[in-house]
Amino acid sequence: MLCVKPYGMLCKIFVVPFYEMWDLPDIFVQTLWEGLVGGTLYSLIALGFVLVFKASGVFNFAQGIMVVFAALSLVGLHSIGVPAFLALILAAGIMFVLAYSVERVVLRPLVNQPDIILFMATFGLTYFLIGLGELIFGGDPKVMITKQLYIPTGALSFDFGGGRVELQKLDITAMVVASVMVAGLAVFFSKTRIGRALRAVADSHKAALSVGISLNQIWVIVWFAAGLVALVTGIMWGARSEVSFALEIIALKALPVLILGGFTSIPGAIVGGLIIGIGEKVGEIYWGPLLGGGIESWLAYMIALAFLLFRPQGLFGEKIIERI
Amino acid sequence: MLYREAGQFKTNYRADMAVFPILQDRIGVFLILLVAFAVIPFVGSNFFLHAIMIPFLIFALATIGLNILTGYTGLLSLGTGGFMGVGAYACYKLATVFPEVHILVWVVASGFVSAAVGVVFGLPSLRIKGFYLAVATLASQFFLSWCFIRIPWLVNYNVSNAIEVPRRSLFGIAVTGPDATPQARYLVVLTVVVAMTWIASNLVRGRIGRMWMAVRDMDIAAELMGIRLLNTKLLAFAVSSFYCGVAGALLVFLYYGSAEATAFSINQSFAVLSMVIIGGLGSLVGSFMGAALIFTLPILLPHIMAALGIPIQSATAEQISFMVVGALIIFFLIVEPHGLARLWQIAKQKLRVWPYPY
Repeated sequence: MLCVKPYGMLCKIFVVPFYEMWDLPDIFVQTLWEGLVGGTLYSLIALGFVLVFKASGVFNFAQGIMVVFAALSLVGLHSIGVPAFLALILAAGIMFVLAYSVERVVLRPLVNQPDIILFMATFGLTYFLIGLGELIFGGDPKVMITKQLYIPTGALSFDFGGGRVELQKLDITAMVVASVMVAGLAVFFSKTRIGRALRAVADSHKAALSVGISLNQIWVIVWFAAGLVALVTGIMWGARSEVSFALEIIALKALPVLILGGFTSIPGAIVGGLIIGIGEKVGEIYWGPLLGGGIESWLAYMIALAFLLFRPQGLFGEKIIERI
Repeated sequence: MLYREAGQFKTNYRADMAVFPILQDRIGVFLILLVAFAVIPFVGSNFFLHAIMIPFLIFALATIGLNILTGYTGLLSLGTGGFMGVGAYACYKLATVFPEVHILVWVVASGFVSAAVGVVFGLPSLRIKGFYLAVATLASQFFLSWCFIRIPWLVNYNVSNAIEVPRRSLFGIAVTGPDATPQARYLVVLTVVVAMTWIASNLVRGRIGRMWMAVRDMDIAAELMGIRLLNTKLLAFAVSSFYCGVAGALLVFLYYGSAEATAFSINQSFAVLSMVIIGGLGSLVGSFMGAALIFTLPILLPHIMAALGIPIQSATAEQISFMVVGALIIFFLIVEPHGLARLWQIAKQKLRVWPYPY
């Protein structure tokens, strides 16, 4: 309608999407909101990655399956008759057992190995947890126990710009929970004794050891914290769709968030998640049709890649200094 | 006692630089090739050839490809599945558009297509490295997967949206398509894999391989020594993608017979990466060992369990094999972080000094 013949394609790329945003602001706001919520969930997964990477230098590939495993434990426990909140505590307990055994069985014998070996070990852990999860809970998708955990459902809707914008209460809860958790982690890191020890380990393993911090203990704590983050992520994401092993692949979306934000930065994980979430939703809705749709699957990576070309260490990552 | 190089003197540089400088190695490799070419095709059952040997050799080829990139040049890549897919789709496209040309020509040509794509996606490696690069290569994986699904031109507008391998023959014997015998396919795969392994072994021993290894050990130092990082890294991407592309083309044409885009998903990349790391980074022998272990383990596991008298259903068998593969990956990493290739080296060293401990 707007585009004149010789500039058809350029116009479709550079003009029409923005015109549509302006013309139908309700859809635009709805898209932004969806992106924001998706981004929050990516941030949560990325947060788990960052916690482990900071404290132990391990690129924890298993974070995605930990999300699935935590959510499955919760649903599985509830389905055999455990009250919802007791099941929540027990699921957290399972994550602690997992953290302890990972430290004992995987990390301790592999201490001082190159990064790629540790990465591969978490890869083995992923396989193991997929098999274990399917063996215990079965491979079919499950419904998250939203009502029993008193998570509000339904939608708030209001008029905006000539249309209606719908905000799922679930999504609002997810954002509130995510913010509370990030705030909690920030306080934990800066105010408590363990938090200080964690930061010391993140700075230098050797220096931390020399002032009497137990690395093994710290790793258990960090993996447990990552497990708790995984549990919360699993609940929120499970409530939005369902608890299934497909989540594990979706969790790979947290990787572009990581490189965007920097592997070692918690604020980076949050901001990166929001940029990726909004970017891919807006891209999919307004530019996706030009390419035949479905570009959500790789757009996030391309956004991250474009950022990387200008800042190789991510938005908030520490400057990479190399010595010869 | 048997494996000892004492008394084997090299009188010229040529002999010193040979692929197998020790006589026993030459005999060993000759015997292995003899068994592979002349015994296995006639003794092995169809199941053994089709379900184990053919895919094992193809995955070994892909593993060599990734090993060149990750093991020799130190660039971590998670896009192997995508590059294998490029090879497969290019080969299909070329073979159907020009049906009269020899199929092996197209297998090699598809490797070049894959190499070109690999170079494009290798460009970010100039700025970023390590895990950042690994995630960047994921971009290529997901983008290529998306292309395979969304561009029907690649599969000639098939209704099924899948590659359906046409019948092609070599010296009058069908090697691809439904009526090709496993023996014929096995021999074709074996020939290609042996030839390309030989080329790879010469590449990594020569100037190019040394450049790659210098970049792996420290790229800034390598640059200061006068190695052009741009050329070296992109060459590694090109050669690696070439190998992966040929492996992908072979995989579809001589093993699967037909394939959808899901055959080249992210899981394929992870599988090949685990073969590289379990086999040993920077080792060609290790590539074969890693491929053998990771590929055959899930196939053999139910049989092993049945032999041990543990009755299991097939669904449980799959889950347990997942667990066992995962546990074994961790186990092998703990026992020998340098992969199976290092175990092989240790065994050779022990043989050399036997019967003395050192």
